[in-house]
Amino acid sequence: MTLDPSPSQTVGPFFAFGLPFDGGGDVVPPGTAGAISLHGTVRDGAGAPVPDALLEFWQAGPDGRIAARAGSLVRDGRSFTGFARVPTDRSGDYVIRTLRPGPVAGSAEAPHLAVTVFARGLLHHLFTRVYFPNHTEANAADPLLSALPEERAATLMAIPDGWFGGPGYRFDVRLQGPGETVFLDLISEAGAVR
Amino acid sequence: MSPAPPERGRSEQDEVTDAIREAALVAPQRGGHPDRAYAPYRSTALRSPSQPLVVAPASLLEQTAPVFGAKDVAATDADLTVHSTGEPLGERIVVTGRVLDRDGRPVRNQLVEVWQANASGRYAHDGDRHPAPLDPHFTGGGRCLTDDDGRYRFVTIKPGAYPWRNHHNAWRPAHIHFSLFGTAFTQRLVTQMYFPGDQLFALDPIFSSVTDEKAQQRLIARYDHDTTVAEWALGYQWDIVLDGPGATPPDPDEV
Repeated sequence: MTLDPSPSQTVGPFFAFGLPFDGGGDVVPPGTAGAISLHGTVRDGAGAPVPDALLEFWQAGPDGRIAARAGSLVRDGRSFTGFARVPTDRSGDYVIRTLRPGPVAGSAEAPHLAVTVFARGLLHHLFTRVYFPNHTEANAADPLLSALPEERAATLMAIPDGWFGGPGYRFDVRLQGPGETVFLDLISEAGAVR
Repeated sequence: MSPAPPERGRSEQDEVTDAIREAALVAPQRGGHPDRAYAPYRSTALRSPSQPLVVAPASLLEQTAPVFGAKDVAATDADLTVHSTGEPLGERIVVTGRVLDRDGRPVRNQLVEVWQANASGRYAHDGDRHPAPLDPHFTGGGRCLTDDDGRYRFVTIKPGAYPWRNHHNAWRPAHIHFSLFGTAFTQRLVTQMYFPGDQLFALDPIFSSVTDEKAQQRLIARYDHDTTVAEWALGYQWDIVLDGPGATPPDPDEV
């Protein structure tokens, strides 16, 4: 049996009381050893900041394990759930605090964060990935990065960018135009497009 | 002989309605999803990628999804009428249905989130300038987990239609926003549920961005008298099917 999917619709401008939650960007609590900030700006085709976007991040822990643990919406301050959700602010900026992911056993891909972008004016969410520059070898072997022209692959690479609490990375999202972020049509491994 | 009625000039809505009809002539996207660059919804012009999506096999990470549980959701989160000290105004409704993957398997114990306008068509959001009353007893956000059958259930108030500024005299049909997770990151879905028989469908660029009529029907809830609770609330059924490659069902030996 193959059912037809429910079509996507925009998240609209008024998701603020429905989706964001306290601590949504705090994958780890302040003061966690090795914590990084991942931050950036979401921009539209004219380069203007997008103040009503919502970003979600999903990642493995530093040990490469993918958590199957509840508690992202009500964080207990000690469990790593690997999920973050943050709205952009009036300047189109977002920030999360997390740990860099380690390599997932058996994965062909270099360590990355999976990202979903939602916004008013975006009728269907966009998937992308954040990679880290220090995994030189794994990045060179990554099937996605290695298949992209250099300037497009660069849109998926976090840029080291310190913050007051320690190391940080910048990851900007350009929805359209010069430097447009690579967005993904994710298919099953068998390659079947349904 | 009565005089001919004064000729009415073409309105902005007429232009948009024509553009909606024209866009419907193009073959729909795979799965019936909207084309991100959909001219009648003007905000898509600068917010839709100009490059084609890059096809990539989902990574092991993307074949999994965040897990939510009892600690994330309170029982009262699913009843949007009890989030204040008093009863909200409007028509009380029950909205329920099942979350399924494309193979018809229920998506169990997964998070469903909703948000909506109040009965007057006003959102509890600073950015909503519609001069309709806020309801001190209604915020309009809810959450629940699906059960072992993939079923969710919310008690809420039927939202009102409201104007927006896409074009002159633009109105959104009444809808409830839904956010869904599957068993894989690739199945993520944010959409809107509509009510049957709404006269605004053909005029609305967001609903109409789904150009395939059958796909449009999948966004509309069904009035269901068996769901209606006597002396209390009208009932609607709406099943949701998540797109995208799902997670491989777990090996029973490993569970």
